[in-house]
Amino acid sequence: MYNFTYHRAGSVDAAAAKLAEGDDPKLLAGGMTLLPTMKQRLAMPSDLVDLNEIGELKGITVSGGTVTIGAMTRHAEVAASAEVRQAIPALAKLAGLIGDPSVRNRGTIGGSIANNDPSADYPAAVVGLGATVVTNKREIAGDDFFTGMFETALEDGEIVTAVRFPVPEKAAYCKFPNPASRYAVVGVMVAKTAGGVRVAVTGAGPCVFRQADMEKALSSNFSADALSGITQPADDLNDDIHASAAYRASLVAVGAKRAVAEIA
Amino acid sequence: MTVKVTTTVNGGQVSGDVEPNTLLVHFIRETLGLTGTHVGCDTSQCGACTVHFDGVPIKSCTLLALQAEGHDVTTIEGIGEPGHLHPMQAAFQENHGLQCGFCTPGMIMAGIGIVERNKGGLTEETIRHELEGNICRCTGYHNIVKSIAAAARDM
Ligand SMILES: Cc1cc2nc3c(=O)[nH]c(=O)nc-3n(C[C@H](O)[C@H](O)[C@H](O)COP(=O)(O)OP(=O)(O)OC[C@H]3O[C@@H](n4cnc5c(N)ncnc54)[C@H](O)[C@@H]3O)c2cc1C
Ligand code: FES
Ligand code: FES
Repeated sequence: MYNFTYHRAGSVDAAAAKLAEGDDPKLLAGGMTLLPTMKQRLAMPSDLVDLNEIGELKGITVSGGTVTIGAMTRHAEVAASAEVRQAIPALAKLAGLIGDPSVRNRGTIGGSIANNDPSADYPAAVVGLGATVVTNKREIAGDDFFTGMFETALEDGEIVTAVRFPVPEKAAYCKFPNPASRYAVVGVMVAKTAGGVRVAVTGAGPCVFRQADMEKALSSNFSADALSGITQPADDLNDDIHASAAYRASLVAVGAKRAVAEIA
Repeated sequence: MTVKVTTTVNGGQVSGDVEPNTLLVHFIRETLGLTGTHVGCDTSQCGACTVHFDGVPIKSCTLLALQAEGHDVTTIEGIGEPGHLHPMQAAFQENHGLQCGFCTPGMIMAGIGIVERNKGGLTEETIRHELEGNICRCTGYHNIVKSIAAAARDM
């Protein structure tokens, strides 16, 4: 790892100020992606601005049909939260399926969505539940946040402060983890929300996406049977040593059916 | 340029001068000389470097030493000693939960976390799932799982 200047920020404003100063600064959240990337010298920031001591970025609140999770809230806290388990059990389950216990004790929701790994789990929750990403500058609809492989709508110097999840009528997440890395080969979040049915797929493509054919079928008949006959095209899906595009396409169909069967 | 870090390790306050890119595991092993915490992969996969940070298991190869400022670290040296082993250490000894021993400090620190997270109902399936971040090249895991289940009864 190349060296850098380390800054421990005490507030979001202080972190934003440090970000504006450095040559090529980066935010440090759980470090579960950033530090390994720096060890490989795939990232070599001039400055690291550590968000770990900022209290205002941590914690979970549930009120008025909304679950708000601070950007620096660890996966383990979301998984174990009695409030999240009650309001959106699928979200607590998803957080508990990320990596392993030590990764969940450090990794954060803000870091996970800002990184937007194509195999990450949280993007499926943000899009599938129709969440809103809150930053120090604005609010971004979950549907507009993930713009491509490792790409998001975040601008330079913008800090995710929280994610707001509207509580759905019901939701379920089905994940096929890679047996070695635990990342999602495919993960499907299905939710019945006030605004209609949502089906969000992670792992399969370069970036999380909504499966419109499945959403349409489930809108008129919310049952696993409604999905028979609907196939996911394999064009443009990821094709690598972990799984072929055709296999991933098949997992999308199976994952969606299993998720619906869990809650229909 | 080195920076001073002050933290609590195994109950006592320690300080040292570190580079910003010094990992917590290197601070523990090289500055403090506590070599029970191992580096297996250095890529956040194997769990040989597992220590407790503010009471919960983390991979010390994936945390900067400077991030420990004001926090509380416990290493394998801090949980028991010959003659007064921690129940998890005793269980690994009783149940032959190790062969070469390289992964063992990490397994024990992770194992304590597993028992503490699952008070009142720890199944073999849960132990196996929650060991996903700890790799052992020798044992085939059976006796590690047995050791953690046995320790859960004594903790
Ligand atoms: C062994 C292992 C297994 C894993 N398995 C899974 C898995 O199964 N599923 C899964 O989804 N993930 C998995 N991960 C990744 C893990 O969930 C990480 O938590 C996540 O990728 C990054 O979050 P972090 O908090 O560690 O962020 P960091 O690594 O600290 O940061 C990641 C990026 O986001 C930026 N960033 C961080 N916080 C903010 C913010 N608030 N605002 C703006 N930008 C920010 C950083 O600058 C950096 O570029 C795994 C990781 C490891 C090491
Ligand atoms: S050395 Fe830290 S996880 Fe392997
Ligand atoms: S006992 Fe040798 S690696 Fe586990």
